[in-house]
Amino acid sequence: MTGYDLVVVGGGPAGVAGALSAAQAGLRVALVDAGPRLGGQYFRHRASSLPSGRGADRFVRQCRALRTTADLLLDHKVWAVERDAEAFTVHGMAGEEERPVTLTCRSLLIATGAHDRPLPFPGWDLPGVFTAGGAQALLKGEGVPVGRRVVVSGTGPFLLPVAAGLAAAGASVAGVFEANGLLGLARHPMLAAGKTGEALGYGAALARHRVPYRTRHAVVAAHGSARVTHVTVARLDPTWRVLSSRTVECDAVAVGYGFVPQIDLAVQLGCATAHSADGSPVVVVDEGQRTSVAAVYAAGEPTGVGGAALAELEGRAAGLAIAHDLASRSGGEPVPGVLRRRGERLRAFARALQEAYPVQPGWQSWLADDTLVCRCEEVPVSAIREAMDLGATDARSVKLLARPGMGWCQGRICGYAVSCLAGERPQATRRPIVQPITLGCLERIEDEQPR
Amino acid sequence: MNFEITVDGRAVPVVAGQSVGAALHAAGITSWRSTRHEGRPRGLFCGIGVCFDCLVTVNGRESQRACLVRARPGDEVTTS
Repeated sequence: MTGYDLVVVGGGPAGVAGALSAAQAGLRVALVDAGPRLGGQYFRHRASSLPSGRGADRFVRQCRALRTTADLLLDHKVWAVERDAEAFTVHGMAGEEERPVTLTCRSLLIATGAHDRPLPFPGWDLPGVFTAGGAQALLKGEGVPVGRRVVVSGTGPFLLPVAAGLAAAGASVAGVFEANGLLGLARHPMLAAGKTGEALGYGAALARHRVPYRTRHAVVAAHGSARVTHVTVARLDPTWRVLSSRTVECDAVAVGYGFVPQIDLAVQLGCATAHSADGSPVVVVDEGQRTSVAAVYAAGEPTGVGGAALAELEGRAAGLAIAHDLASRSGGEPVPGVLRRRGERLRAFARALQEAYPVQPGWQSWLADDTLVCRCEEVPVSAIREAMDLGATDARSVKLLARPGMGWCQGRICGYAVSCLAGERPQATRRPIVQPITLGCLERIEDEQPR
Repeated sequence: MNFEITVDGRAVPVVAGQSVGAALHAAGITSWRSTRHEGRPRGLFCGIGVCFDCLVTVNGRESQRACLVRARPGDEVTTS
């Protein structure tokens, strides 16, 4: 006995498009999201307003249509998915009282997005230092700029909307420091992908607010006692070793070095993974967004970070493929050729961006012995190096000896850095419980009737 | 409607719909927790529930992520 034809985990562009396509094909669909509103990180918006930005009108229309065709379970945190011969059981917690909720379904779409990939540097745990995505979430979702005088640093085009947004909100942006070099304009992937207008728009916004934009520069240390008061900004060589440095005063820093796809549920279910161009583990899918596990689909950033437009496209492809597969229709192609071709173009663009903005190994030279790598367990670089001296040869053995990644966040923040320090690419981490769950919630699961 | 919550006995204004973390940060309270081992100050970092740096006690419920918990009128927040 299964409740839904499809449960979609994640209410961003991929999840909403996937749920809607499947529901419009006649499937009984539930969409589950941890947040209070649909939108994910890209369309994150305040309670009192609608999403804004590229594609927002279409997203709002999709959400309206979805409300009448599917069950929306917002404020629901999914902490595990189980699979037996016939169905999936999705375990979640509802609301702040963390009431257990159990859903059963015939197929599952994982559209769980991504989170920032920060790099450690001295002082990065001082209050006032934010991930770039965190600064953006605070501004878009809450209407609060991270500071009055902000430095934006890291690599990749995401730094531009973060800086432009802060400047437009009245913050003084003391600089945008892009650790990689300035690409020849003609070579830039944003231009090649016909995104000239978007790139120029951010450039114009920064120029209007007189925000300095420096390539081959990065924040390599943050200083202060109770809160960041200034940062060391370094000029870098192409491998990110420091050539010279100066001090910039600020009361907040936003730092981002790309994104980490959230693939925990797919790994729990045994889906095959591969490494994307930037080294992140991602879920392997076919043109219908099918993973290697029957009836499990993935769309959006879990299949490789590619932005909102690609996420929506993959969501639609997944929804169509799921409807097709559940009807057990043999032959025929559920995903129209035009969707597949647009997807291929957007994926090529995403790959070009990842190749244009790599993380270079010189960041490790910014670290001091006492720089924390794992913020939760307060593990300094020296402890990780000791573990290597003791014979650890990979991130997992470093973790067992020195405890980075053993705390609250379970390595989501430090995992990339620990892997790099251990000399390997980040591996797909198996986390049997993907959200912390209280014993009280576990105890009450028995009383919950699956639906 | 905007309202207030109490943070360690101090009134902090909230714009309706805001998280506890956003209200604290907007009020100039940028750190509200110190770490177990070294007593380092911590506040918001990832802003989306991933990092757990912003843990706080809300109405007696411990270890809540301030960036995820929405503030409600009359909430009593205690920090460590």
